Amino acid sequence: MRHHHVLHVVAKMVIPLILLFALYVQFHGDFGPGGGFQAGVIFAAGLILYGLVFGVDRLRRTVPPGVVRGLAAAGGLLYAGVGVAGMVLGGAYLDYGVLLPDPMAGQHLGILLIELGVGVTVAAVMTSLFYCFAG
Amino acid sequence: MEYVINTVLLALLAVTAGAIVHLRNLFAAVMLVGIYSLLTAALFVILDAVDVAFTEAAVGAGISTILMLAALALTGREQTAATGPSAVGLAVVLATGAALVWGTLDMPHFGDPNAPAHVHVAPRYLEGTLTEIGIPNAVTSVLASYRGYDTLGEVFVIFTAGIGALALLGGRRES
Repeated sequence: MRHHHVLHVVAKMVIPLILLFALYVQFHGDFGPGGGFQAGVIFAAGLILYGLVFGVDRLRRTVPPGVVRGLAAAGGLLYAGVGVAGMVLGGAYLDYGVLLPDPMAGQHLGILLIELGVGVTVAAVMTSLFYCFAG
Repeated sequence: MEYVINTVLLALLAVTAGAIVHLRNLFAAVMLVGIYSLLTAALFVILDAVDVAFTEAAVGAGISTILMLAALALTGREQTAATGPSAVGLAVVLATGAALVWGTLDMPHFGDPNAPAHVHVAPRYLEGTLTEIGIPNAVTSVLASYRGYDTLGEVFVIFTAGIGALALLGGRRES
């Protein structure tokens, strides 16, 4: 698809909006529909669209497969790490109330961090799957 | 009105599923699988399960369609001719289907407020969300806080799926 100018121009306009929408879904998940799972998939969809239109090799240079694999593990570790942080601060595993002096603010912080972990892992795994299948 | 929409959507689902079984052209079948997911997402919206509908539309209709198309590029577009219909196969399918339908007779009615799922911990979560967690989307507070362990498990299921695909296909490019 290297010479389809219409596709190139439209993709260049749409991809930033897709990535921005993914971030909105990620961080607005507390107040509306959405969260880490959906945001991760949408973010990966933006990257995959880039790979489909501009070639997988160019996507590979922009987002190296090694980095993607590392991020897949990092998201899960962030989630599990928030649980351990709760234990260190004297609560139960994955009890976010103890993360900050105000329990409700602690819950907000914990949910924000674990949703971020979910989003990073989902986006990275989906991109990795695309690399596997697209060769 | 909702009854009409539900009937139309479920009928379209059945038609789509029948078409997927019948088609020999795998490219068209993949497209229909995407449409099937989109119809399912519409049904979830009618059930007021917007978070699930969102996931179904993004994963089922979006990413899986792309991944299946990529898999088709590695294999082939046409299904090889299957052997003719077999009486044993039909009997097994009918018996399994009948057993599954018989099993649903024991389940609570659709939308029953006294179903076990609605009288166990769900009221406790819905009452506590605003005072304990303080966020308006009860789905997020259940998913991320009350049921944090389950979601942690889900994340590692996705991670393991990615590792599995990498182990099977990841080295293909280098070899």
